[in-house]
Parts: sequence; structure tokens; C-alpha cells
Amino acid sequence: MKLFEILTQALELIVALAAAPLFLGWVNQCRAWLQNRRAPSVWLPYRGIRKLFHKEAVLADNASTLFRAAPYIVFAAMVVAAGIIPSMGTHLPFTIAADAIALVGLLTTARVFLSLAAMDIGTAFGTLGARREMMVGFLAEPALLMVIFVASMISGTTALPAIADNLATQTLALYPSLAFTAVAFTLVLLAENARIPIDNPATHLELTMIHEAMVLEYSARHLALMEWAAALKLFNYACIGFALFIPWGVAAGGMGPVALLASIPLLGAKLIVAGAALAVIETISAKLRVFRAPEFLATAFIFAVLGLLVHLLLGA
Amino acid sequence: MPILDSTLSLCLMLIATWGLIGLAGLLRPTSLRYVGRTLFPLGGLCGLALAWVAAMSLGAPAEQAVLPVGLPDLPAHVRRDALTSLFLLLLGATSAGISIFAAGYFRRGHGTSAGLLCLQYHLFLASMGLVLLANDAYAFMVAWETMALSSYFLVTTQHSIPEIRRAGFLYLLMAHVGALAILLSFGVMQGGSWQFTFDSMRSAHLAPHWAAIAFGLALFGFGAKAGLVPLHVWLPEAHPAAPSPVSALMSGVMLKTAVYGLLRVTFDLLGHPAWWWGLVLLAIGLFSALYGVIFAATQTDMKRLLAWSSIENIGIIFTGIGLAVVFQGVGMTALGALALIAALYHTLNHAFMKSLLFLGTGSVLHSTGERNLGRLGGLIHRMPWVAWLTLVGALAMAGLPPLNGFVSEWLLLQAFLFAHEVPRSFVSMLLPLGAALVALAAALAGYVMVKFFGVIFLGQPREPTLARAQDAGVLERIGLVWLAVGCFALGLMPTYVIRALRVVVQELSGASLASVNAPWWLIVPLPDRGASYSAPIFLVALTLVVALTIFMVRRFYHRSARRAAPWDCGFGGLTPRMQDTAEGFGQPIRHIFGSFFAMTRELPSPFDSAPHYRVIVIDRIWRGLYLPLGRLVQRVADACAWLQQGRIATYLLYSFVTLVVLLSLML
Repeated sequence: MKLFEILTQALELIVALAAAPLFLGWVNQCRAWLQNRRAPSVWLPYRGIRKLFHKEAVLADNASTLFRAAPYIVFAAMVVAAGIIPSMGTHLPFTIAADAIALVGLLTTARVFLSLAAMDIGTAFGTLGARREMMVGFLAEPALLMVIFVASMISGTTALPAIADNLATQTLALYPSLAFTAVAFTLVLLAENARIPIDNPATHLELTMIHEAMVLEYSARHLALMEWAAALKLFNYACIGFALFIPWGVAAGGMGPVALLASIPLLGAKLIVAGAALAVIETISAKLRVFRAPEFLATAFIFAVLGLLVHLLLGA
Repeated sequence: MPILDSTLSLCLMLIATWGLIGLAGLLRPTSLRYVGRTLFPLGGLCGLALAWVAAMSLGAPAEQAVLPVGLPDLPAHVRRDALTSLFLLLLGATSAGISIFAAGYFRRGHGTSAGLLCLQYHLFLASMGLVLLANDAYAFMVAWETMALSSYFLVTTQHSIPEIRRAGFLYLLMAHVGALAILLSFGVMQGGSWQFTFDSMRSAHLAPHWAAIAFGLALFGFGAKAGLVPLHVWLPEAHPAAPSPVSALMSGVMLKTAVYGLLRVTFDLLGHPAWWWGLVLLAIGLFSALYGVIFAATQTDMKRLLAWSSIENIGIIFTGIGLAVVFQGVGMTALGALALIAALYHTLNHAFMKSLLFLGTGSVLHSTGERNLGRLGGLIHRMPWVAWLTLVGALAMAGLPPLNGFVSEWLLLQAFLFAHEVPRSFVSMLLPLGAALVALAAALAGYVMVKFFGVIFLGQPREPTLARAQDAGVLERIGLVWLAVGCFALGLMPTYVIRALRVVVQELSGASLASVNAPWWLIVPLPDRGASYSAPIFLVALTLVVALTIFMVRRFYHRSARRAAPWDCGFGGLTPRMQDTAEGFGQPIRHIFGSFFAMTRELPSPFDSAPHYRVIVIDRIWRGLYLPLGRLVQRVADACAWLQQGRIATYLLYSFVTLVVLLSLML
């Protein structure tokens, strides 16, 4: 059984690494369709990453070691995060080392290194991006923690597999508190992944950009790792959402290889729906001014707190 | 009387050695070589020995003694128990690093001469040790006041600067107002026995309202020393004014004596804290944490930024203590023990990481002469040792796994997770919201640390003079490395730390965590409730993925890289002034939390030939509470001034009237 758990863990990591750019490609394709454009291939992100790996890296004259190390650290943080989230099976050996709070800490580590790297060159865009990213971060992090807190209170633990297990195996019960937190989580997901109301991944307009401003000085393999990490982040967030709100179909404890294999198409189906939903949200909403971002995230926070209060009042 | 085999006498001897080292500084007060290269390292070794003795004695039963010093009939009582040992360990281990650093730090040209500085510094250390060991109110107050006075003189080392004298005065004033409250608290706690030993206070049975009054006074007194809002005003003035090793000692260690004092009074001397005291602590702690971190984010002076961040961390520690009191008061002892462990853990963490950061700023200050963030930048190229070691402290302070700051926050959040089970309706709903505030404060701490590290060490140098900056010397590096290693050790081996803290908590509150049979690399705070965390595995996984990625990239692609000028949008020439300043980086905070500040802005008009932009951010509490209070005191003093007639006959009359009144009262 131990071997099986390790295999589950390895499979999860491989699926996350392989499918993350595809998920991004799918979201982009849906967006293009909704906007009446001819869609690029879903494989485009892979080609982009491959192309970047082959290029020669250009570093700024005054780039320090921190700048060169950051892409690896950010990428590693996202990979380790993918190992914590129960996207297909809940018996993951690594998850005893890290629970949901550690997962939030890991995402913060990635953000801090990304921001520090952005400040390293000392360009106007870099520091601007770092400042905005940290602003979004400190607003989104408490909201995310509150979302996790509510789910943890329902299950009595902050261990993500136990939460997913608990919600997936019991008979269908409706949790009004989870409805509130799901809204909060969606808002956090949009903000944290530089999606439309907060940031636009498709533009380099200096007035609005956050994520793109930070990676402006990166090129070649460093940029490839950053982009792959960004894709992984989106994938991870989607999987956190599945684990907290729709964990059905995840191979819970005691289920064998069949359940694990069965969970792969189910995960694919969830991702297809979630990607399409994300594209719809991005298409129908307008980009907010940067100073409206606090209001947006405060809304997320309030929703999460409302979820908490609903849980405490109704016990559900 | 002292016997060498008892740890208590060993501790006392080491503390006495500190005093002697200090006195030895007076022998050749102007010889920097003698004081710096001999006495300060000796003091550091002494601290190391104290840490060792304290660590060995953590699990040992409490021991006490009566020393034949002090006033006639009032001998000094001393006692060492697990709580004392823990804080002695903190004092010894942190001060060891700081003393070694200080050995390389103090140079000629400061106000106070080196020998005198050495005396004040070691007296400060010794008095902190005695505060922890004291077992009666007299000894405690004498040590407490010595601590305040010696640190006052250290703060005013550069007494030729008026702002520093002002900061020192404010500090002295607040220290004494606080000490007065502590003294009154002892007065209440003796409970009519008129015995001021801690033993008699332990056995005194106070009525609930008297206990509450004693607790309130102690909270005021120790809160003033710890820098709880609204008693924090001295802290952002005094800590930056002191030389950096002293700032490190004050922020890292002295604030912890206040934590010690409050724990001693609440859990030990008063015995059974009422659960609602915890709510008071919790509310003040959370408010301090948020208030401190928001102000830290807007600071432009690097040491002031760290001082405000200390207020935040003290707030988090008090939040943990408050939660522990609530849990304990309603009978949920295991969770109470968990919250208390989280608070004590954070106390240890903060001692190491804040000392590390303050020493880092000391090195920067020495080599550049600048405290203003707006004139720093790019120092990672010039001062790599300081930069990378400070990064460890900054990441720990930001609460990132697998460093130490994360562990205590994790434990605190685990305790908060069950706060809704407190059997008091309404309160049980409010408590979990505390977790939201803790999370917000922690996230803001990340913001503050990115600003702190990024503006000082990254980017382009903002001044041409920074090109001459030199890295820290060997002794300074040793001190920094010691503290950084402490941050790593506390972060990576939480099981051992928690095992030690469990002993302290058991002795302090009688509650204990259920012992778990988990391997050394895994912490499982509440065995029946699932969650666990393992820092070593975390670090190994992260390192492994980084190494594997680097290997794969090099194996399958190439490692060629070339240097070029950064992209300047085609304008030609990036200047350092195009980077964010510290003000700029704090701008979102000023925008979002505008209501916390009293801000005055001077904006340039479009037609200014020499435009300048200025924002002055003032603490609302200073303006709303302290200035009116100061005016009130002034007015009362003016009103009383007519008593001072300056004629001896009048004063004799006063004495006569007083005597008559007193006699009539007696008769």
C-alpha cells in the first residue's frame, strides 16, 4: 500500500506538471471563442515554454544571484504545492509534512521571492509590479486562509486530504457556509493568478500590469520557469477549489488503483468546466483600476468571514 | 552559601560575571581594543554559558535561595524554575550573538566612551538576568529599574543629538509610569500579608475583583515595557536611537522580560486567571499586531520600521497568551497549552529574528552612514554577507516556511481553529475572527519585509556614495551567522523546541499537551485532530525540486547567459530615481489604511519650478492621547506652582500643617 501511495503522489505531480500549461491553453482558447477571435492552439503554452528553454538567457548587468535563483525557487514552490493538494487521491505521503496553512505559506514564499526578484534590477516597472503584487498578496492571503479555515472547521483539521476525504465520503450534505466561501475563493483565485478584474495576462500596459511587470527582465529559461510556475499556480488553485468544494470522485483512503485511474478523467472534466467558467468570468468583467483591487479583495474577505459566521450560526 | 552544583548558583555567578566584565571596562575606558576585542567577546561567551546552563536546567525541579544582599531584614530571594530557565536561555543565546557583533561594532567617535558603554551594556544584561531570577517584589523592582536605567543610558549613547535625548526621556518616562503600575500590582497581590516575597503572593487568596485589579495593573506595567498599543509611543523613538546592538537587545530581549513578567504574574502569582482576562489580552494583542505592522509598512527609517514591527510581534505574542488564558479559563486545557506554546515559541523566534535584523541594519548603518531607506539600495552586491544573512531574518519575519516564524504562527492558527468550541456563546463566534486578524498581520509582515529587504539590498544604489560600502567585519559576521543559525534551528527542529516548551507550560499552567508518539521530524500538536507539519521534509522537498530543476535544465538545454543593460523602454538610461522609494512602496498601505494615520500631504502644483512632495505620517494615538495628556499634566503643574513660594517660612508651614494632619489622623 505504501508503494501505491508513493505512486499516487508521483502521478499527481506528473499530471500537474504536464497538464498545467494545457489548462492555461484551454482557458485562453475559451476566451478567444467568447471574444469571437480565432483561438490559438491549446498546445501554444507548451511551445512557448519549449522555445524559451532553447533561447540564450539575457541577464541585466546588475542582476544578483537572488534574481537568478528566484525562478527555480518559485517553480519549486509551485511543484511542492502541487504535491500537497489532493487532486486525484487523498492518500499522499507528503501531505503529513504540510497542511493547508503550510500550503498558503508556500504560495507566499513564491510570491515573496518573485517580488524580491522583481526589485533586484531596480527598474521602475519591477518595483511597481512588486509593490502591487505584495498589495494583492496581503489582501488575498487572509481571505484564502479564512476560506481554508471554514473548510477546516467543518472537518476539524487543516490537513487538506482529510478535508477532501471528509467532504467526499459523506452523504451529500449542503453547507451554506461553503457557498459563501466558494465565492470568496473564486475572487481570490482571480486576484492571485493575475486574471482579469485585477490584472490582465494578455497586456503589457504599464498602468495596469502586475505580474507581467515583475517578470519583464526575465528571459529564456528563467522566463520559461516563471511561466510554467504561473501555469502551475493556476492549476493548483483550481485543484484547491476542487478539494475544498467539489471533492467528489477523488480516490479516498482505501480505494484502489481503479478509483485512482477513474479520478483522472473526472479531474479532466472538472478542469474543462472550471476553465470555461474562468473564461466566461474574464470575458464578462472589466479590468478594475488598481486602487479598486482592495475593495475587490475586501469583498472576498467579507464573504469568507460571512461563511465563517454562517458556519458558526448554523453549524453547517 | 552558593554551591557550585546547583544551576541557580551557576546562573547567578554567570550574571555576576557580566557585572564584573562591565566594571572591567572602566579600567581602560578609552581603549577600544581592550573593550571591544576582549570584554565584549567574554560577555558573549558568558551568555553562551548561561544559555547552556539554562537549557540543561529546563526540566529540572525549581530551586530557590535567599541571598544576603539588600536592605537589612530584606534579603533578596531568587528562584529558578522552568519559565525562568526558558527566558534565561533566550537571554543567553541571543545576547551571545549580539555581544560578538558588538565587539566589532562599537568604534571611536560615539558619544559615550567605550568603557562606560561596556559597563552599561553588561549591567543591562545582568539586570535582565536578575529580573528573571527575582523571587520577591523588592529584588524584582530593583532589577527592573536597573534594567530601565542602564538601557536609558545606552539609548542616549549619542547624547549630543537632541532627538536622541528626547527619545531617551520619553523612554524613561514610560518605563517609570510602567514600573509604578507594576509596583502597585505587587502591592495588591500581597493580599494583606505585607510579605512581598513571590511565595507569599502565590499563597495569598485574592478576591476576584482584587485579582482582576492586580492583573490590570500588571498588564499596564508590563504592557508599557512591551510596547502594547496604546503604550507603545516610546518604542519607535527609543529603539532606533540606540546603537544597533543595543536596539537588538532591547527589541529582541528586553521586550521579552515584559512577556515574562506578565506570564509570571498571570499564571504563577495570581494562579487562576479568569477567562475574560484572556479576551482583554486578545483584543489588545490583536490591535497592537495590526497597528504595529501597518505603521511599519509606512516607515522610511529602517530601524524605526523594525521597531514598529516589534510592536506587531509583541501583539502576536500577547494574542497567544490571551487565547491561552481564555482556553484555560473555560477548562480546555490542552488547547490552552497549545496556545501558550505558540506564544512562547513566537517569543523565542522573535528574539532571534529581530536581533538578526537589527544587527543587519547596524552593519548597513556603519558602512553607509544612512538609516534612511530612501538613500540605500543595491547593497547585495557590496555587502553580500550582511544581505544574505539579513534575508534569512526577513524571510523568517515574514512567516515563510520552513523558517522559524512560520512554526509559531502555524501553532497559533491551529489553536484558533478550535476557538469556536469555547462554551461561551457570542465569544465563541468572535474568537475565530481573531485568526483572520492574525492572518492579515502575518500577510502584512510579508509586505513589510519585502519592502525592508528590497529597498535596502536590491535594485540600484540610490546614492553614489554607496559604491564605497564595505561588508561587515569578521566579528560582526560571526554574530549574524549565530543568529541566522538560530532562526534555522528553531524553524527546522520544532519538535525539540516544543518538547522543551511543554515542560514550561506544564509547570506554569498545570496543563499539558497530550504527548504524541511522532518521529522527531514531525509536529502533531493535537493527535486526535489530524493536522501535522514537518519543516525538515518541507525543506528537503523544496531543495530537491530546485536541484532537480537546475540539473534538468542544464542537462537538456544549455546554461549560456549573457549580460546586457536592463530594458529601459527605449528612453535611454535608467536612473536610480526611477525605482520605488520607501515612501512609494508604502503608498498602497497609506491608501488602504488611511484612517489609521494622521497624514499631512504637501503636493506640488503643476507650475512649481522646484516641485517637492512631502507626506508626514503621525500616529493618531500620539496626537489624540499623549499630547492632550501632556498638556493636562502641564496645566496641573502650573496650577500647583503657587505652592512653591520660594520662602523657607512657607515650606516650614507646610511641614507643620502636614504633621498636624497626620497626627490628627493617628489620634
